[in-house]
Amino acid sequence: MARSRYKGINQLSGTDRVVVGAMVLVPTAIVVWLVWLPAVASVLLSFTNWDGIGPVSSAKVIGLKNYKDVVEIYPPFWPAIQHNLIWLVVMFLVATPIGMLLAVLIDRGVAGSRFYQTSLFLPVVLSLALIGFIWQLIYSKDQGVLNAVTGGSTDWYGDPSVNLWAALVAASWRQVGYIMLLYLAGLKGVDPSLREAARVDGANERTTFFKIVFPVLRPINIIVLVVTVIESLRAFDLVWVINKGRNGLELISTLVTSNIVGEASRIGFGSALATFMLLISSVFIVIYLRIVMREPS
Amino acid sequence: MTRPANEDEYLARRVPASVRAVDRRALLRGAMGAGTLLTVPGLLAACGGGGSGSGSSTGAAKGTVTFGSNQSDAVPKAALADVVAAFDKANSGLTVKVNTVDHNTFQENINNYLQGSPDDVFAWFSGYRMRFFASKGLAGDISDVWKNVTGMSDALKKASTGDDGKQYFVPSTYYPWAMFYRKSVFSKYGYEVPKTIDDLTALGAKMKGDGLVPIAFGDKDGWPAMGTFDQLNLRVNGYQFHVDLMAGKQSWADPKVKKVFDTWAGLLPLHQSDSLGRTWQEAAQTLQQKKAGTYLLGSFVAQQFSAGAEQDDLDFFTFPEIDSTIGADAIEAPIDGYMMAKRPKNEGGAKKFLGYLASPDAQNIAVKADPSVIATNDGADVSGYTALQKKSVEFVKSAKSIAQFMDRDTRPDFASTVMIPAIQDFIKNPKDIDGLCNKIEAQKKSIFTS
Repeated sequence: MARSRYKGINQLSGTDRVVVGAMVLVPTAIVVWLVWLPAVASVLLSFTNWDGIGPVSSAKVIGLKNYKDVVEIYPPFWPAIQHNLIWLVVMFLVATPIGMLLAVLIDRGVAGSRFYQTSLFLPVVLSLALIGFIWQLIYSKDQGVLNAVTGGSTDWYGDPSVNLWAALVAASWRQVGYIMLLYLAGLKGVDPSLREAARVDGANERTTFFKIVFPVLRPINIIVLVVTVIESLRAFDLVWVINKGRNGLELISTLVTSNIVGEASRIGFGSALATFMLLISSVFIVIYLRIVMREPS
Repeated sequence: MTRPANEDEYLARRVPASVRAVDRRALLRGAMGAGTLLTVPGLLAACGGGGSGSGSSTGAAKGTVTFGSNQSDAVPKAALADVVAAFDKANSGLTVKVNTVDHNTFQENINNYLQGSPDDVFAWFSGYRMRFFASKGLAGDISDVWKNVTGMSDALKKASTGDDGKQYFVPSTYYPWAMFYRKSVFSKYGYEVPKTIDDLTALGAKMKGDGLVPIAFGDKDGWPAMGTFDQLNLRVNGYQFHVDLMAGKQSWADPKVKKVFDTWAGLLPLHQSDSLGRTWQEAAQTLQQKKAGTYLLGSFVAQQFSAGAEQDDLDFFTFPEIDSTIGADAIEAPIDGYMMAKRPKNEGGAKKFLGYLASPDAQNIAVKADPSVIATNDGADVSGYTALQKKSVEFVKSAKSIAQFMDRDTRPDFASTVMIPAIQDFIKNPKDIDGLCNKIEAQKKSIFTS
């Protein structure tokens, strides 16, 4: 099409079409290549017995056997599901609300708020692996601070009846700072005139927050919710550092890793576990999308 | 096909089982023959190989040989550095570049490592996995290196041979598993070395009375307790059953396996509690600090003892007899050594280096720097051995059959994803042995037939 005949935005020249086409295709290709292909590949691999050695073509399709094995005869699986859910619930009901509370307190301008802000955010800068080591110093049975102060002899990381909770405290320590920062950013963006108007109308602090500020912060609330869910489902590093996700600290992510990455190399079986994780994540993704899509109309 | 389709096919692949009935007499005969006849030529060959490469079939080797080492602990790492330095010194045209990787990381990444661009020579161990890599074409055939190797017994050669009858492995050192104790502690309280399981139980009760932990124990990493299982299994059911069980030929739900766990459950009160949060190093330190009476581990436990008087105080005895018809002459002594990549960048240099690693010279340096292991080469100089090393040599020589170790004798996927959690579950809850064994068997069937 000749340039002279260009009349409106709907009629693009050949070059423009190429550019627009490239702008659509390149990102799509990248997303397909980096996200969808691996996801689909691992779902497909979960139906095989591939052991990661030699070409994939050497793998044998064995149907749903891996899934059957995971559910029926793999002892760590159900504890892992349970632990992941506990993790999610604790993050959602304990860590996130505390983070939000701290953000509100700091936003109100308590004395030394900058100091609190910095020190609470500090753990977020550290990797979870490092956090595992830091808490090791606190939890260690023989040399740990906690046992030294309380005079107890609990093996916080080793005893399967308490180590999940010990790990959750360490994970929450970081999560609180993260949520606090996110929420603080949101709170700073709230139009001060809204609060003034509420005060003029005679609303107290509590009412102002729950009836005015909280609803206004809806986008931030959704982000906080999503971050909490994502962080809980992908919880891995901390537990891996503690004991490779064994002995009371099984999580789906650690089971996937120990089956696939280690010397075991049960790619097919590990992929089946990963698919379970994908399914669980999908539930939350669907919920999230429904919230986002249902924009107030 | 990546995996054997059925159990028989899988077993067929295991034919030259490195550990199957390692006949002690053959080893002794080999030792005698090699020791008397070949010591001098052996040393000469080593010198020759080191000097001008006269005995080498690979011609003039020059350049750099890359070497992937898993010896990340301080003591063995230094030992290896000494060996490499000696090799570099003796071969002016050749330089060995060592890439040290953390021991566990190395082991866990071995599949990717070998399929990527592995170093020319890499550290590994004898057993199922070595033969598996050989059959998958991930390791280089070094049969011609073996032609010039002297001082290695037939049993060791067998332990270095792949399923196709070619050699893929050069043994370097090995170390026995046994019950370690401090002589000073035993003499202080007047303890006697237990000969039977009843003796051990009685001794344990006495130790408890004296305020000692009878058996130090740490299983945070999951594998040390496999050693306890193996020892009990060898005593309760004997060597052949161990081999068959590891090969997937025997059922884990068999009453014989249950008896092993039963016996273990009876001994658990003697073990150090809270073992699942403790590493083997920490457990070894309780023995070193004289808080524990004994510790069932490989002789690398000596690495936690300072050299000299403290290591001299360390002694061991074989795990006591449980069944008099089975006896106590089967032991575990895993062999560590080296393999060559399938397509090394410097094949000549790699083979020359492997030949050197098998020589008494190299092994003398290695065992001197790390006295917790003993040399595989019969030509190695044992006069400089510590008391512990001398005893290890005797111990290994007097054993009738030698196993490697659970995670070296069986499929690694089974060992790491089934047995580690299973044994940890047992330690947590020693009551439900039937349920445990059935769970192991169900998973074993699935893995060994997939």
